[in-house]
Amino acid sequence: MIAGIALAIVQVVIVGAGAPLLVGALRTLKARLVGRRGPSPWQPYADFRKLLAKEAVVSTTTSWVFRATPYILVATLLVTALVVPVVTVRPPLTFAGNIILLVYLFMLGTFFLALAGLDAGSAFGGMGSSREVAVAALAEPTVIVAVFALALRADTIDLGRIVERFGGEPWLAANPAHLLAFAAFFIVMLAETGRLPVDNPATHLELTMIHEAMVLEYSGRHLALVEWASAMKLFLFMTLLANLFVPWGLTEPSGPVAVLRGLLALTGKLALLTIAVAVLETAVAKLRLFRVPELLAGSFALAFLSLMAVFLVR
Amino acid sequence: MFRQLRTALRTGIVTEPVVPAGELERIGERLASEVARHFGRSLAIRQVDAGSCNGCELEITGLTGPHYDLERFGVHFVASPRHADCLLVTGPVTRNMAEALRRTWHATPDPKFVVAVGDCGRDGGVFRGSYAIVGGVADVVPVDAVIPGCPPSPAALLAGLLEAIGRLAR
Amino acid sequence: MTRLAYGSVILFGIAAAGLGGYGVAGGAGTLRLTWLVPLGGIELTLDPLGGLFLALIGLAVVPASVYALGYPDGDTGRFAYFVFVASMCVVPLAANTMTFLIAWELMSLASYFLVLRDRESRESIRAAWVYAVMTHAGLACLLAGMLLLGADVGSPRFADWRAAASALAPTTRDAAFVLLALGFAGKAGVIPLHVWLPLAHPAAPSHVSALMSGVMIKLGIYGLLRVSLDWLGVGPPWWGAALLIAGAASSVIGVLYALVEHDLKRLLAFHSIENIGIILLGIGSAALYRVAGLDALALLGLIAALYHTVNHAAFKALLFLGAGAVVHATGTRNMEAMGGLIKRMPWTAACFLIGSAAIAALPPLNGFVSEWLTFLALFQNMRLESVGQNLVFTLGIASLALTGGLAMACFVKAFGITFLALPRSDAAAGAHEASPPMRLAMLALAAACVALGLGPTLVVPVFGAVAAAVLRTAPQATGGDWLTLRVSGEFASLSTAAIAVVLAASFLVPLAALRLVGASRRTRGYETWGCGRIVQTARMEYTATAFANPFKRVFDFFYRPTKRLDIEFHPESRFFVERIEYENPTRSIFDDWLYRPALDLLHAGARAVGALQSGSANQYLAYILVALLLMLVLA
Repeated sequence: MIAGIALAIVQVVIVGAGAPLLVGALRTLKARLVGRRGPSPWQPYADFRKLLAKEAVVSTTTSWVFRATPYILVATLLVTALVVPVVTVRPPLTFAGNIILLVYLFMLGTFFLALAGLDAGSAFGGMGSSREVAVAALAEPTVIVAVFALALRADTIDLGRIVERFGGEPWLAANPAHLLAFAAFFIVMLAETGRLPVDNPATHLELTMIHEAMVLEYSGRHLALVEWASAMKLFLFMTLLANLFVPWGLTEPSGPVAVLRGLLALTGKLALLTIAVAVLETAVAKLRLFRVPELLAGSFALAFLSLMAVFLVR
Repeated sequence: MFRQLRTALRTGIVTEPVVPAGELERIGERLASEVARHFGRSLAIRQVDAGSCNGCELEITGLTGPHYDLERFGVHFVASPRHADCLLVTGPVTRNMAEALRRTWHATPDPKFVVAVGDCGRDGGVFRGSYAIVGGVADVVPVDAVIPGCPPSPAALLAGLLEAIGRLAR
Repeated sequence: MTRLAYGSVILFGIAAAGLGGYGVAGGAGTLRLTWLVPLGGIELTLDPLGGLFLALIGLAVVPASVYALGYPDGDTGRFAYFVFVASMCVVPLAANTMTFLIAWELMSLASYFLVLRDRESRESIRAAWVYAVMTHAGLACLLAGMLLLGADVGSPRFADWRAAASALAPTTRDAAFVLLALGFAGKAGVIPLHVWLPLAHPAAPSHVSALMSGVMIKLGIYGLLRVSLDWLGVGPPWWGAALLIAGAASSVIGVLYALVEHDLKRLLAFHSIENIGIILLGIGSAALYRVAGLDALALLGLIAALYHTVNHAAFKALLFLGAGAVVHATGTRNMEAMGGLIKRMPWTAACFLIGSAAIAALPPLNGFVSEWLTFLALFQNMRLESVGQNLVFTLGIASLALTGGLAMACFVKAFGITFLALPRSDAAAGAHEASPPMRLAMLALAAACVALGLGPTLVVPVFGAVAAAVLRTAPQATGGDWLTLRVSGEFASLSTAAIAVVLAASFLVPLAALRLVGASRRTRGYETWGCGRIVQTARMEYTATAFANPFKRVFDFFYRPTKRLDIEFHPESRFFVERIEYENPTRSIFDDWLYRPALDLLHAGARAVGALQSGSANQYLAYILVALLLMLVLA
C-alpha cells in the first residue's frame, strides 16, 4: 500500500515535472534544426512561473465551465499518469482500468476543453473546439484497433502486462504487426497532441489553429494549467508509444533501483522519440484541415492491417 | 523534405554566437537578464498593428529569424493578448484602430507594458496631423517605451524592449 | 385531477419496479386468465429477464411522472399516458402470443395518441402517421413470425417454443427469427427501420419522449433478446453476426445523423438509434460466443447489453427531460436559437451536463462502464476460430470506437451550443429555470447515472444473474471485490469508484499547488477577446451548423450535402446586398434509396391493381364470369 502510494507520487512527479522539459527540448531541437539557437529547454518552466504571477482575465460571457476546465483538465491527466506504465510495469492505478479507460480519460479532458472553447462565445474558440473534437473523434478508432492488435498478441489489455509480455519475449515485438501498429499509433499521437502535420503548435494565425484556438481566451494561472496539461498529454502519449512498442527496461516496482532503471530507459526512449518528432515537424508542412481525415484514415488502415496480420498469422 | 533537412544540417546554426560580444549580443544578453529579473526569463509579446505601413512588421519578423533569434532570450510572440506581457504597437493609431487598441490593452492581463514602435508609433510620424489618425500610441494607451526609427532595426528593437523592461522595474 | 392521475402512475411505477425486482431476485409467478380472450387467454409469467425490464419501466416511469406534474401542459393525454405505461408493463410479463400482441399493440396505439398530441401541426400529424405505419409493419412481421412458430410448435405459449426450439426445422427457425427480429428491430429503431424514431420522439411531450426513448424502444431490445437467445434456442452463427453488423451500422449511422441535427430533441432521438446499436453489439457478441460454446464470454456480452440498456434508459430519460425543460423555457427546439442557458437554468444545465458526459461514455459515469464491458466482450473474439467472425467483431470494435468519439463531439455541440456563451435569441435570453418537480426528476436521474457509474461491482452481479438465467449457465463472468470489477480472469479490471476518488483528489492538486507556489489569485472580468471588435454579439458565435461542418465535409459521401445560396441584391446596384439566404441541408440515404423507391413501387402496384376498378358494371360482370369459369375448371 505504502509502496503503491510512493510509486504513484513518483510517477506523477515524473510526468508532471518532466512534461515541460519534453516540450522545451522539442522546441530547442526544432530551433536547432532550422539553424536557430532557440530557447533553452527549460523555457516552459520560466513561462509557467511568469504566468502564475500574472492576473487572470476572464471573459464576462463565460460560466463556471470555463473556470473549472483547467483544473478538470489537469486532474484527468494526473489520473492518466497513474494508469500509464511510466517507469514500471505496474502503474499504481492498474487495477482501476486499462487502455480503454485511458482513451476515455483523454476524451474527458477534450470534452471539457472543447466546451470551454465554446463558452466565451468567440468565433475562434468555437472553431477550435469543432476541429479538436473532429480530430479526436476520427483518431479514436485507430487508437483502439492498434491497441487491440497489441492486446491480441499479449492476450491481455492491461497496459502493464502488455509491456511485460513484450519485454519478456522480444521476438513478439519483432513482427510486422508490431511495426504497423506502431506507425498507426505514431500518427495518432501527432494528431491527438496537436503536432505537425495536423496542427501547428507555434502558429499565430487563428484560422489555421486547432488546439491554440480553443485556449486563446485563457490567461494567467488558467493558461499555465492548460499548457501544463497539454505538455503532460504529449509526455503521456510519447511514453505510451515508447513503452508499449519498445518495452525494454521496465520491470516490477521491486525497489528504487528498478524505478531508477525504468526512468533511465524512459529518458533514453523519449529522447529518441523527441528527435524523431522534431525532425518530422521540421521536414513536413501542415496539412490542409480537410486532408487530415485522410491521414487519420491512413493510420486506421495501418492499424487494421496490423490486426489482420495477427489474425492470419496465428 | 530531405533537402530541407540536409540544408539545415549542412548550414548549422547561423544565429551568431553570444560570446564574442557584438553590440547586438550585448543588448540581447542584457535583455535576457532583465527579462529574467522581471518576468522570470519569459516574455510574451503581442504585436498590434494600429495602422502601420508594415515596414516595422518586416523588421519585427526579422527578430524571430535565425540571425537575430529572439527566442533564445526567452522572448516569444503570442497569438492572443490574453497570453501576452507586452504589447508591441506599430503605426500611427488610425481612427478605426483606436478602440481596438484600447480593448487589446484591457484584454491583456497585468503586469503588462506597452512599447510603441517606429516614428509613427511615437507621434504619428509622417502622418502627424492627418484627419485619419488619432495620434501616436501614447494618445490611446499608456506607453512605457518608444523605439524610434522608420523603421527601427531589429537591434534597435531589442534595445528598446530592454529599456522598457528597465523602466518598468523602476 | 392531474396530480391524482400522475400520482397514481407514480405508485403504479413503484409497484411495477418492486415486482420486477422480485423477478430479478429469482422470484417467479404465473397469472392465467383463460376466459378473458380466446386463443390461450391472458397469461403472465415473471422471470428474471422480464423482471429486469419491468423494473426498468417502473423506475423510469417514476421520474417521468414526477416531471409531468411540473410540466406546463402535462394535463393533456393523461389517459393515453396511463394506458401506455400499463401496457408497457405487461409486455415483459406476457407468456403467450395473445397476451403479448395485445399489450404490444396497446402500447403502440397509446404512444401513437401521445405523439399526435398536437393535432393542429402538420409536422405532428406526419410524425404520427409514419410512426403508425412503421409500427404496424413491425406488428405484421411479429404476427407472421409468431403465427408461424405457433403453428409449427402447436402452442401459442412461449415456454413451449423454448422447449421445442431445438427440434424445429432450420428453415422454419430461420424464417421465424428473421420475421420476429425485423418486427422487434423496427420497434427498437435499428437502422434502416429507424425512420419513425426521429419524427415521433420530438413530437411527443418530453416526459413521454423520455419514456419512449428510455424504455419503449428497449422493449424492442427485450424482444430481440428473447428471439436471439431464448425462444428459439441456440441459433446458427449468422444470427449473431447479423445482430452485430446491425449494431455496428446503427451505432455509427445514428451518431452521424445526430451530429448534423440541430433540433435538440431530434438529436437525442438519433442518439437513441446509436445506443440501440451499442446494445446490439453486446447481444450479437453474446449470440456468437454462445454458438461457439464460450459461455463465460456470452455471459459477458449479455451483461454489457443489459447494463447499457439500463444506462441508456437513465441518461436518455435525463436528457429528454432536460431538453423538455429547455424547449419549454425557450419555446423552440432549434439549438441555433439557444445559448447562454447555463446562467438562466443552472440546475437544468448541470443535469444535462451529467447526462451528456454519461452518454458520451466519459469516465467515471455509467455510459463508460457499459461501453467498457462491451469493448471487453468484443475484444475477446480472439478465442473464436473463424477469421470471418473475427472480422465481424473487428468491425464492431472499430464502430464502437468511432461512435464513442463522435458521440463526444456531438454532445460538446449539444451542450455547448445550447447552454454556453451568449443567448442567440430573445426567447433564450428570457428563459427561466424549470419548475421544482421537473428539477427533482432530473436530479434523481442524474444521481442514477452517477450511481450506476460508480457501482458496477454491485450492479454487474445482478445483471450476471439475469443473463445466466437467460443463457442457462452459471453466473461466472466477473469477479473482484467491492472496489474492483474483474472480467474474464486476468484479462481486465475496472474500478470506477477508485477513478472517481483519484479524479476528485487530482482536481484538488492544481488548486493546492497554485496556493502553495503563491500563484496570483487576481481575476479580472473583461469582454471576450475578438481582435478588438467593437460590437460583439451572439451572431459572432460559432453555430451548431458550423460546429458540425467538419464532419459534414469528412463524411460527405454519407450526408451528400446540397448547397443553396440565395442573394437578393439592391435594385440599384449589385454591390449592395439586401439579404442572403444560405442553406446546407443533408440528404438521407435511407429516404432516397430505400423508402422512396419502396413507396414508389407500392404506389405503382396500387395504380396497376386500381385499373381493375373501372366503374363499368359490364366489366365487373365479366370478372364474375371469369371467376366462375376458373372455379369450374379448377374444380
